[in-house]
Parts: sequence; structure tokens; C-alpha cells
Amino acid sequence: MTPVAPPPLLSVEHVGVEFPVRSSVVGRSSGTVRAVDDVSFTVADGETVGIVGESGCGKTTLSRCIVRLLKPQRGAITFHGRDITKLSDRALRPIRRQMQMVFQNPYASLNPHRRVGGIIAGALPKRIGSGQEADDRVAGLLEKVGLKPEMADRFPAEFSGGQRQRIGIARALAAEPKLIVLDEPVSALDVSVQAQVVNLLGELQEELGLAYVFVAHDLSVVRHVSDRIAVMYLGRFVEMAPADLLYAEPRHWYTRGLLDAVPTPTLKARRSSSRAILKGEAGTVLDAPSGCAFRNRCPGATEICTTTVPPLVEEPDGRAVACHHPLGAPGS
Amino acid sequence: MSPIVLSSSETLAADTPSPHGERHRRVALRRLLHDRVAIGSVIVFALIVIACLCAPLYAKYVAGTGPNDNHVTEVIRVGGRPTDVVSTSGIPIGPTWQSKFLLGADSNGRDVAVRLLYGGRTSLMIGFLAAAITLTFGTLTGILAGFFRGWTDTVLSRALDVIWAYPVVLLGIALGTALELGGLKLGPLVISGNSLFVPALIIGFVFIPYLARPIRTQVLLLREREFVAAARLLGKGSMSIIVSEVLPNVTSAVVVFVPLIVANAILLEAGLSYLGAGVQAPNPSWGTMIASGVALITSTPSLLFAPVIMLVATTVSMNLFGESLRNAIGTTTSMAGR
Repeated sequence: MTPVAPPPLLSVEHVGVEFPVRSSVVGRSSGTVRAVDDVSFTVADGETVGIVGESGCGKTTLSRCIVRLLKPQRGAITFHGRDITKLSDRALRPIRRQMQMVFQNPYASLNPHRRVGGIIAGALPKRIGSGQEADDRVAGLLEKVGLKPEMADRFPAEFSGGQRQRIGIARALAAEPKLIVLDEPVSALDVSVQAQVVNLLGELQEELGLAYVFVAHDLSVVRHVSDRIAVMYLGRFVEMAPADLLYAEPRHWYTRGLLDAVPTPTLKARRSSSRAILKGEAGTVLDAPSGCAFRNRCPGATEICTTTVPPLVEEPDGRAVACHHPLGAPGS
Repeated sequence: MSPIVLSSSETLAADTPSPHGERHRRVALRRLLHDRVAIGSVIVFALIVIACLCAPLYAKYVAGTGPNDNHVTEVIRVGGRPTDVVSTSGIPIGPTWQSKFLLGADSNGRDVAVRLLYGGRTSLMIGFLAAAITLTFGTLTGILAGFFRGWTDTVLSRALDVIWAYPVVLLGIALGTALELGGLKLGPLVISGNSLFVPALIIGFVFIPYLARPIRTQVLLLREREFVAAARLLGKGSMSIIVSEVLPNVTSAVVVFVPLIVANAILLEAGLSYLGAGVQAPNPSWGTMIASGVALITSTPSLLFAPVIMLVATTVSMNLFGESLRNAIGTTTSMAGR
């Protein structure tokens, strides 16, 4: 069905990140916890992959891994045909600029002591220097993200959260990247501002042919911008599917729970009988149950779920689900 | 006496998204200009500095004697009557309130007012030099330890702990005595034992941990801020990130420390000189003058009170100004102490 694809821009294969757990006062590590476990996906040029999950599921760790702010212990990350998994900080420098990130907290992502123009100009390629051309570029970028060019002289403290996020986007764009990892770019913003920023990101993608990894904790945010969406639960992908399919017929119980948690505007649309409300809380990777990590909240869990971790099984229609008893399967 | 008068614990602003930059600097300046205590203390301090700078002029044109000139056997006229500068029983003359021996003489028949101004030059110079040393190396080690963490942090922090482990005065006496006997020879750098650089170096050195610690803690927090990650993603190296992202964010904390460090350094200089481990006789400094004044407190209290009043006025004005500066800048970082 899908045409023979060119090599993807970004390919993440079986990536795992572990953190030491320190329990004693002495600080001796008493074990490790897998914040990200066996995650694989690809991003093509100009594509948007959404990653959705509750807080603590490893979304931010994964996104920091992709841009190599963190080094994964397992797996491989290939960007533009080059394996960047083990590259040192120095070796990464020449390719850094092609992968940018927009951060979750617009109040921590801009240096409070630098003018906005300086922040953006500092991200421009070296060849542009710092003369008139740089000023023009900064003005152009500010306009592109919906701000006024004369705002370049102000400090970050003079802007609202939404405006700051736009500045963060302008900084990412200034580096002329191929891929932008958006780590919950709108979670800290008001709902009305969220839509504006999401729309802006969509327009910029169309105009510049960027690829996005769009991380969010809310399925409704990524719905309209994502080509494919992955659902993450306690460090693992539990389902990955083209956006339309995922919303139309989720295969994983957790995805269904998330979808049903999205508020619907009309009573009619609220098919209360079929709503599956998630029980309990996500917990943390520290106290994840044996077998399927979701089993203690899953209405369809059976014996096998306690013993065996379900693998992410790809299906012919481009979907993949990690469940022993997927929804919509015969006999479930 | 303990020279560390400020200090509470190692506190700091955990995560202050306060306005910064030039606009913030203007706000801070405006607040300072509306702060009477700040203005007053700056004026007092400036008067002291100017007076001390003018010491040679005063000595030459008013008192007509140098700081180390001896007048034990001389007789001057006070209110028309001839008076011994130092009486036969060894008691020096008190304040005369005239151009010669304005504040009296010491037991060697030297003009106290002249010595007070020259001593102030010494004390202030050592204070500023020491503060410069503390600021440079304290900021540097604090930033390096906090930014690179790992073994860099371990080595630097333990080195700071070694300095910190000794009481400031004790360390100052030990270093002072050792260096004054042998001088300091560090490769091409040779400082003789009676040079003013010796106490300045010692005082600057012992205060390094008190600045480096809070800076390190602040940098530890700063490096996790997302704008540092953003700079890294732009392919910037660690040094460039330190200069463009970290340093501007610690300057306000460092600035707040400046008057406090100067005040503490002057105070410690006086303490060490009093104990004989700082400025060496016959060079005047407020510390050495206090030391010699104590012996004659019953007969000529002015010998003690003159340098004490100068010392107190200087350190109090600096401390008050530091306090106002901290309020104006709005940082809560305090000097780490015990």
C-alpha cells in the first residue's frame, strides 16, 4: 500500500534509556530504571510523528535522546543516514543544527539576560555573521512566527508564554533544521493560544518542508498535525498508527481510554455506553507491574498479560499494537 | 574576632524567572537611587576613600610630617603652651584639634591623623585587591565546578572544602606568618615578605570558598535550564555556553557579593594585622594601629578609637550598601558561611 519509501530522515531502533536509581543516602546506585524501553520508529522528510502519553511515560527522555542531549544505552539512532547514537559531543557539533528542539517550558527555554534578537541571531548559521543580513533574518523570522520585528530589542521577560514559545520556534527555525522535536510545545499555554501555536507549526511545516516529532500528553493536540501517532505507556510504545486510523479505531485499550478521555462538545456525541474510563493512575516505571505494564489498569487483561510483555506487532495496514488482546481483533 | 559577619546558610534563589538584563539593571539602579541607606553609605565610604587617597597631601601641606616620622623628643605649642609630644612618663599627646597632631601622637611620637589616612590607604588597597582575587577565582571555580560536574567538581569542591575546613583567621595567621618570613616565590612571581600583596593574597585566598560555593550551586541549577540545552543544540561548545548563557546569569549574584567581600576583606586585614600576621610594622594600617592603641587605652584612648571608628565606618557602610544592593537586584543568594 505504502509506496517504496526513501530512507527515512530519522530512524530510531530499539532505543532504551536507563537511569540509575539511588535509594541509599550514600548515593550508591541500587539498580536502574528503564525510562525508555525498546522504542522504534522512523520519521520521513516533511512528516510529523506524534508521540502521546501521560506524564512520566518517558516522552521527554525520548525526545532528548533523539536530539542527543542524552545518550541512549541501547539501540541506535540514525539521522540523515548517519548513526549518531554514540557520537561524542564534539563529533555531534557539525550536525547539531539540523535537529532542533522546542521546549516545554517557555519560561526556562530563553536566556533571561539576552535580547530576543540576540537569542535568535545566535542561532543563525555562522556564514551570516552579525551584520545587516543577520538583522534582516531575525526580523524575517520574527514575522514568520507572528511577532513584530521591532520586538527584537526586548528581553524575554517582556513577553507572554505564547509569545515566548513563538520566539523559541523562531530560534529553532534560525538554525535551518530538517527536523524539529517539539517537546510538549503547547502544554504550558492557554487553550486559545495552544491552537494558534499548533496552527503556526503546521503552516511553517508546509512552507519549509520540516519534519516534526510532536510530543504531547493530549491526543487532541496532535490530532490535526500528525501523520502518524505513537502512544507511549511507561517507557514503551503500545500502539502506533496513521493518525486517522488511530482515532477511528484504536487497537490498544490504553489508546481507547485516552481517546474517551477527550471531552466531547455535545451530549449526542457522548456515547456514554462505550466510554472506557481509565482506572487508577499511570504510576511510574519504578513500580510497573510484571508482564504488560498496563495490565493493572486494563479492562481486558488476562493471565498471559501478567507473565509476558506483549511485543509491538506490525499489521499490514501500517498499524502496530502491543497487546495480547487488541481491540477489534476477532475474539476479543 | 570573626571576620564573617554576614552569612546564614547556603541559600539561593532556586528558580527565579525574574526579569533580567538591561531593563532589570535600570530598575535596580532606580531602586538604589531611592534608597537613603544606600546613598548614605556610599557617601560615607566615598569620603573615607577620598580622604585616604589624599593622605600624602594632608601629610605634606597640613601636618607637615610623614606617617613614619618620629617626633618623640619634640615639643609643640598647644593653646599657646608648649607641650611634649610624648611626655617623660611615656604618655603620648591626645588630640590637639590643630593642624599638627590633629588626633594626637602615638608612643613613637608619630602623627596619628597622618597614620590613620596612610593606614586607610593600606587597608582599602588590601581590601580591594583581596576582593578582586576572591571574585576572580571564586567565580571561576564556582562556574567550572557547577558546569562540568563530575571529577572537575569533585576536585574543585574538595579543594574548597580544605580551605573551608580551617577557621579563616587561623588559616590567615598560618599563611601570613609563613609568607612574611619567606616571601612568596611562584616561578617568575616573587613577592617579598613585607609586601602588601602578601596579606591581600592571603585574604583573597581564604574567602574563595565563600563565593565559589553559592556560585556553584546556582550554576548547577542553571545548567539544567532549557536555554542551555538549546545552546548545545546549536552546536556551541561548553566554553561558549559558559560565556554567553551561564555568566550573564550569575553576574547579578556576583555583584551583590562585591561590597560584602570588600568589607570582610578589610575586616580580616585589620584582624590579621592586629595579630601581627598581616601588615608589618612600621607600615601603618588600621589593624596595626588598633593593636598599638590597645596598650595605651587608659592614658590615650584616642589612639584606639581613631582607627576603630574608621574601620567600623568603612565596614558598616559597605555592609549596608551590600544589603541595599541585594534588595535592589532582588536576588536571594547569600554568602555561604557557617
